[in-house]
Order: sequence, then C-alpha cells, then structure tokens
Amino acid sequence: MISLAGRDILHSWGKFVFTGFGLGLLIGVTLVMAGVYRGMVDDGKALLDNSGADLWVVQRDTLGPYAESSSISDDLYRTVLAMPGVAQAANVTYLTMQVRQGDNDVRAMVVGIIPGDAWGSPGWPPYLVDGRQITRGHYEAVADIAAGFRLGDEITIRRNRYRVVGLTRRMVSSSGDPMVFIPLKDAQEAQFLKDNEAILQNRRRTAANPAFNRPGQPDILDAVNASQANSTSVNAILVRLAPGSDAEAVAQSIRRWKRLTVHTRAEMEDILIGKLIATSSKQIGMFLAILSVVSAAIVAFIIYSLTMDKIREIAVLKLIGTRNRTIAGMILQQALALGAIGFAVGKITATFTAPYFPKYVLLLSQDAITGFMAVLAICALASLIAIRMALKVDPAEAIGG
Amino acid sequence: MTSEGIRIEGLRKRYGEGDTAVDALKHVDMEVAPGEVVGLIGPSGSGKSTLLKSLGAVIDPTAGRMTLGGTVIYDDGWKVTDLRALRRDKIGFVFQAPYLIPFLDVVDNVALLPMLAGHSNAESRERALDLLTALDVHHRAAAMPSQLSGGEQQRVAIARGLINRPPVILADEPTAPLDSERAMAVMRILHEMAKKYQTAIIIVTHDEKIIPTFKRIYHIRDGVTSEEAGEGRPIS
Ligand SMILES: Nc1ncnc2c1ncn2[C@@H]1O[C@H](COP(=O)(O)OP(=O)(O)OP(=O)(O)O)[C@@H](O)[C@H]1O
Ligand SMILES: [Mg+2]
Repeated sequence: MISLAGRDILHSWGKFVFTGFGLGLLIGVTLVMAGVYRGMVDDGKALLDNSGADLWVVQRDTLGPYAESSSISDDLYRTVLAMPGVAQAANVTYLTMQVRQGDNDVRAMVVGIIPGDAWGSPGWPPYLVDGRQITRGHYEAVADIAAGFRLGDEITIRRNRYRVVGLTRRMVSSSGDPMVFIPLKDAQEAQFLKDNEAILQNRRRTAANPAFNRPGQPDILDAVNASQANSTSVNAILVRLAPGSDAEAVAQSIRRWKRLTVHTRAEMEDILIGKLIATSSKQIGMFLAILSVVSAAIVAFIIYSLTMDKIREIAVLKLIGTRNRTIAGMILQQALALGAIGFAVGKITATFTAPYFPKYVLLLSQDAITGFMAVLAICALASLIAIRMALKVDPAEAIGG
Repeated sequence: MTSEGIRIEGLRKRYGEGDTAVDALKHVDMEVAPGEVVGLIGPSGSGKSTLLKSLGAVIDPTAGRMTLGGTVIYDDGWKVTDLRALRRDKIGFVFQAPYLIPFLDVVDNVALLPMLAGHSNAESRERALDLLTALDVHHRAAAMPSQLSGGEQQRVAIARGLINRPPVILADEPTAPLDSERAMAVMRILHEMAKKYQTAIIIVTHDEKIIPTFKRIYHIRDGVTSEEAGEGRPIS
C-alpha cells in the first residue's frame, strides 16, 4: 500500500511544518499551564514536607499558619511538648514580605525558627546546599537560592540587617515565594513589633495612667513598657510525633486540653491544595479548555483548507474507484500527523522554557502523555469536518461539463 | 453482435422534475466493439458529458440499458450495487485536463490504481513503467506532475486510464490542449492500446484534427444519437 497522507505531507511539508509549529506553540503554552498547576501543588507539598512537622498547632478556629493568619502565645509550646506522643515541638513564625538586598527587592516568606541548640527541629530547613545553619540568636539568615542571595550577603528585613550564612533549595511558600529563615526573636519582632511612633504613643499613654505611673515607684512603669514592647506571639507550633504514635489521637488530645486548633498532615494538604489554590486551578482549567478549543479550531481550519485544495484530486480518486475509507484515512492521518508535529514542537518548547518561568513549572511525563492523547483526539475530531466534505464530493465533478 | 465492449440501448436521462426538467438524453443507441475506437461529436448542450457520466457510472440514467465488458450495469432503473468497484475494474477515464495527483510522482500516479486494489507496490510500479514506456514518457517517471509539459501530463493520464486494462475507456476531449502532432500521437497510442488490450474506447471531441481518424462516429443532437461512417484516415 501507498501512504497518500504521507506523500501529500512530504509534497507540501512547508505548510505542515509551519502550521505544526504554530500549533506547537499553543500546545507548549498548554503544557506549561498544566506544569504551573503541578508546580503549585508541588510547592504546597514541598512546604509541608520541608516543615518537617506532623501536626500544626494554630490559633483556635483558623486554617493557619499558611492559609490564614494565626497567632498564639509562644509559651504554649512547652505544654504541647509535654503531651504524650509528642517528640518535638517548636515555635515558628511565617510572614510574607519584601526582603531587600542592596537595590534589589525580593518577595520572600520570612520564617522565624529557634536557632542554635534546636538543631533539626521542625521548621528548620532540612538540608543546606551551602554554608551553615543559623547558630546565633540574632541577625543571621538562611535563604533559598531562588531568592538570588549569596553567602555573606547582607539583607534587610524591616529595620534590621541580616547576614546570609546558609543557602537552601526548594524551600518555598505555597505561592512559590522563596523562604528566608531568621532567628525566631528577630522574626517575632519583624512581625509583631510596632513602629517607633506607635511605641512612643503607647508609652505616653501608659505614663499618663496613674495606675502604672505611681510616684516613687518608677519600676512599675518600666516593667509595663517592657512587657508591651516584647512580642510573645508566634504563628504556629510545629509538632513532630514520637515514633508509633497516632497523629489523630495526639491532635485530639491537644485540641481538648489546650483549646487550640490542630491540623494533621492530611488536613494541611487539604487546606493548601483544596482551598488555597482551588481558584488558581480553576483558572488554569479554564485556560486549558480555551486553548484546546483554539487548537481544535486551528487544526480543523488547516485540514479543511488543505482538503479544499484537493477537491479536484479527491473527485478523480473517487471516480477511478478509491474507497471512501482510503480518502477519509488520508485526511485523518494528515490531521494526526499535524497533531504529532505540533505536540513535538510544544513539548520541546515547554521543556526549554519551563526553567525561565518565575514560578515553579513542574512538567510531569504523565501530563505529557495525557496531553498527547488529547491532541490526537482533538485532531481526529477536527478532521471530521474535512472528511465529511471530502466524502460528499461527487465523482461526476471529475468528468466536468 | 458481441456482448463484450460497450452496448447502449434506448438510454434516457432526465435532470430534475416537473417544469424545470431537462431531457439531456432522449434516445441513445451505441455499440463499441472490443479493440474499436469511436468518436462522439455533437454541439454544446447536446448531452455528450451526460452520456459519459452515465456510462462512467457516476450518474443514474432514467431508462434504457447499458452493458460494459459483457456485464449489464444498468437496466431500466436496476443497477450494479458496487459502482466504485465497477469504475475501478471496468472503466478507464481520460479527461480533457489530466487531473494528476500533484503530490505523487509520475510512476505512482499511474501505479496508484493497482496499489489501491491491493497489488504490491513493486508490481504496480513495474506495470506503470511498462505503460509509460509504451507511451514514451518513462524518462519522466520520477518527476512530479507539475514538472511535466501538457502533452506529457496527458500521456501520463492516459497511462493511468489504461493501467488496470479496463475493457472500456471513456475519454473526454483528450487532445484539446495538444498541438496537432501531439494530438496525433495520443490518438495513435489510443488506437494501439485498443488493439493490444481489446479495449473499447469512446472519445468525445470537437477536435477537427482527429475527427478524420475515426472509422465510426456517433453524432448526438438534442440527446439523440445517430451513427455514421468516418474517414478512418490512417494516423501518420
Ligand atoms: N446537473 C444538471 N442538472 C440539470 N441539467 C443539466 C445538468 N447537467 C447538464 N444538464 C443539461 O443537460 C443538457 C446536456 O448537457 P451536457 O453537459 O451533457 O452537454 P454537453 O454535450 O456535454 O455540452 P458541452 O459540449 O457544452 O460540454 C444541457 O441542456 C444541460 O443544460
Ligand atoms: Mg460536456
């Protein structure tokens, strides 16, 4: 047998390659869109994985610490640590903000962790690609390399400067912002400290209150001021369970005794993936649907016009006894070939451009396979119009008037 | 009278119905023996194309009877079921314009029919080359149709019409685009083929150059045929 479709493609390869290229860019965008979604899910999972926590203890009735704000007293971790089944418990703060380095401004998630002796406690970066962990109680930072900082860089968070002592990788917030780890005290200050104006204002108000400002007892006023200036809140307590203990059971007992909300790993995943990125994933779904329709329209139009150009030849083929099946097969194969060219171009485009996207784009081969199937299905569907037209061609037209 | 070749008896064809009906063929009787080449001439609108389409099994006649290569293909409303196979196996078509497939080279344009019928590519191409040699275009076998002259294209188209050795060839103005030398060459080939393969050939033509070469000519006027003897001048 002879492949009519193949010969036609070879004959007018320019048309096919150009159209395939255009279609390929569309398919490339589609694959990247799917990759963006996968990247978001993966960022969420990385956030949970890298926190090293089994349970997240947060302010009552909140979906914190990532999806909603949560604030609890930094004393509570001690009591949580004493609960049965709890191996480690660590205070942590999360705050997404601009971090400055020289003239650069990077959006980052600043994470406050307990430095020094608490090696490897939940919340810590699990591994470093360079440098060391934070050892001093103040003004040191470990940054994700995605932030673009280097070892020894001086970065500014709020009013304070920090030296970058370590670098880590794939430590990102659920929205893909790189993490910067700093000592907990500094982070609390950055998050909860009021500005100077507000502090002075507050001190004036306290001083004006005769209950605090007693003549001959200046210590009371000092103590009150100190307690107001100190921030004693954190966003969450990260809990690591003792081996063999049941997450749900421990969570229940913390909930019961401490009147706090506790999320297990499964619940956190549900919050991050099901709630936090739900709208984004719907948005991406809409884009995918539109891109599919546009691709289908392009393939349909191209195959239709290629077939239109061959009406005379199709009439001749029919007149000399070519089966309808052969003619339909020719058109279908051309559509599929166009889809295959487009997919190859799209896959290459997506693979080479993915690293340049500001957010993490995760291309899964499983998505590529689904995409390939979808492209073939769309092309087959799109060729139906042209096939219908070709089958309606009257062989008498070949004889003419 | 032999039942091979072409035999048409009392063929009628009406286009449309009621007030707008056109009786394109009113009464057609024709007989072409195997190995014979006859001319079909007539003024514009007289029904030539309609007759070719009926014979070529692409339109349905209204009444009458047609026999091709010993098989009744139409009899007063009854017709063969597989018209496609009938066209493929029994009829070779040659048109005024060659209508070659632009994306196939010359050999494959000719070899396409046997290939589609399930013969091997090698065998089909061999047969095609033989015919192209007989038609003196084998040196252009690897060219694409767009690279051929009009006369070469026409000869390739004739080869395609002959490749399945059909008992019947229907040619519509096959020499119109050719100069008289080329036209004569085509006529010679058709005559030779008719002899060689015992093919019955009908040639529709207005071409004054070739009309004297027919031994028998059918005239068609207002859908009615009449037969007359031609000059039967030998082709130089
Ligand atoms: N599809 C059709 N529907 C209606 N009438 C038709 C149709 N085809 C042809 N006719 C009519 O039938 C008559 C014969 O037409 P036909 O095409 O067979 O003529 P012809 O001999 O081939 O003419 P020409 O030499 O101009 O090609 C004409 O009057 C034409 O108008
Ligand atoms: Mg005509």
